[in-house]
Amino acid sequence: MTSCPAETTLGSAAPEASRSPVIEVREVSKAYTRGQQTVPVLLGVSFRIEPGEFLALMGPSGSGKSTLLNLIAGIDRVDSGSIMVGGVDITTLDESGLARWRSRSVGFIFQFYNLIPVLTALENVELPLLLSPLSGRQRREHAKAALALVGLADRMDHRPNELSGGQQQRTAIARAIVTDPDILVADEPTGDLDRASAKEILDLMCGLNKSLGKTIVMVTHDPKAAERAHLVRSLEKGVLTDADPRLHS
Amino acid sequence: MASLVTYSLRNLLARRLTTALTAGGMALVVFVFAAVLMLAEGLHATLVQTGSANNALVFRKGSKSEIESIVERSVAPIVEMRAQVARSADGSPLAAREVVVLMSLTKRGTNKAANVILRGIGEKSLELRPQVQLVSGRMPRFGSTEILAGLSLSRRFEGAGLGEKLRFGMREWTVVGVFDAGASGFSSEIWGDAEQFMSAFRRQAYSQVLARIEGGEAGFAAFRAGIESDPRLKLETKPETVFYAEQSEMMSKFLRIMGVSLTAIFSIGAMIGAMITMHSAVAGRTGEIGTLRALGFQRRAILMAFVMEALLLGFLGGAVGLVAASGLQLFTISTMNFQTFSELAFGFSLTPGIIAVSLGFGTAMGLLGGLIPAVHAARIKIVDALRAA
Repeated sequence: MTSCPAETTLGSAAPEASRSPVIEVREVSKAYTRGQQTVPVLLGVSFRIEPGEFLALMGPSGSGKSTLLNLIAGIDRVDSGSIMVGGVDITTLDESGLARWRSRSVGFIFQFYNLIPVLTALENVELPLLLSPLSGRQRREHAKAALALVGLADRMDHRPNELSGGQQQRTAIARAIVTDPDILVADEPTGDLDRASAKEILDLMCGLNKSLGKTIVMVTHDPKAAERAHLVRSLEKGVLTDADPRLHS
Repeated sequence: MASLVTYSLRNLLARRLTTALTAGGMALVVFVFAAVLMLAEGLHATLVQTGSANNALVFRKGSKSEIESIVERSVAPIVEMRAQVARSADGSPLAAREVVVLMSLTKRGTNKAANVILRGIGEKSLELRPQVQLVSGRMPRFGSTEILAGLSLSRRFEGAGLGEKLRFGMREWTVVGVFDAGASGFSSEIWGDAEQFMSAFRRQAYSQVLARIEGGEAGFAAFRAGIESDPRLKLETKPETVFYAEQSEMMSKFLRIMGVSLTAIFSIGAMIGAMITMHSAVAGRTGEIGTLRALGFQRRAILMAFVMEALLLGFLGGAVGLVAASGLQLFTISTMNFQTFSELAFGFSLTPGIIAVSLGFGTAMGLLGGLIPAVHAARIKIVDALRAA
């Protein structure tokens, strides 16, 4: 498998790429309370993701990589530290401000696809657009375009249970990109898929990264998946174990 | 705010059996609720229709029903001669002296007896009550033992059919005609010559005087002032409609209070049912809630989606219950009117007000049942919810 080289994307200077913001994670700490105990998950993590970059976060279970991803995606709160996205400190946003920011700026790709079972593929993809000012007709057009982009134009009236795992994940990717967000966050996107489907999904993500300039942050256990990223960072027990290779280049 | 109506609707459709059972429970409660209101309304409508708005009923001061009223023979002409009383073509006052007696008759097909009203009428009684129409037979001759039976009574009581004979007041009476008075209380009465009834029952006085009043409300006010200020008369007067409407008050109030308190108890059960349904809906969809929140839907959009679902459930239950209850309009109930101690036939009456109240009641049950689960759904933390996916 070939990776999606950073130079290709950044060098080609797609107009979308220039729009993607820099993500700066600064001294972020997070702990969970389990009963009486407080379990530290992240201990002062700092790093930076460049616009249009495809980053893979790796690490053993419980290392804090999913927590870090959730914090970057704005669905969880830091205990201390800040996360700057395009110059905005999302840790200072209130709950509804954060929800609005997510709806515009983040596309989610989950391990188990998280499609709404009672809605068709098209309706699932249309869902995030309900939060936009688009008309019903515009929403459907956007959703159809997104589904066409992931190669599911002929499956849009199917319910999730009528689609294969790979097709469901592609639907989820269409839902993630339909609002044209700057950042895609993916939590084990290939974790529930067979080899072939996993490759398709990774190819698709590479394509989105390359041609649309989407910044991708992906948590994965799968070294094959991590290979496709420009950059792999490892977490262990709440700290990044490797130095940012870019600082040495 | 983004609306998840499709989502709510689809989820109800997706869980057809649960939706049907929960809505069915609520439908039963709404059915009982609407039925009782329709019954009370039917009773009220029947008694209100019994009167005509421009007739005045003159009765003994303080009487609550026609049975207890007495108007002496000597004072009846004084009432009839008041200026506000309309005149017939021949110049005589358009008024009738009536006597009302209770009597026990046996119901057809049973040995059970029930009280019915015998109304001794005057020659103008039918002119004063245009809603009363002869449907078969002929009018009785005054001065004879011929009687008329109300349509609903003639069907239900032994000997009250056309051509049949009834024995009361130590005489035999022949039913020579059957009249229909629509859904009014008259349909449950027997009518005959007032003078004949008085001699048969040894009555010295009339029960009331009925008179057509001219000049609308002002005319009635003047008529009332005249009657109530005349020292020779210990009488009062009310418009006929008002008098009969008051007769329904106790019974319909009783029905309403009983019905509403019973359904209030039932509705608790139905609400718990709705709550369990909605709680399991929330529990089964925690992951979906997390996904929707992650996509940017606010807490209140989630709250609204589940409240909407519960409201739809309640509305569905209300609508089904109401449709079932509307079928009751085909039935007629005959029961004792506690105020007059006489048998009265009346139907279930569905009004726009009852439709609105019943649908509102169903929807409110859904809302109350669904609110707590919906609040719970909206309060789940996104990361916790996603973990459940």
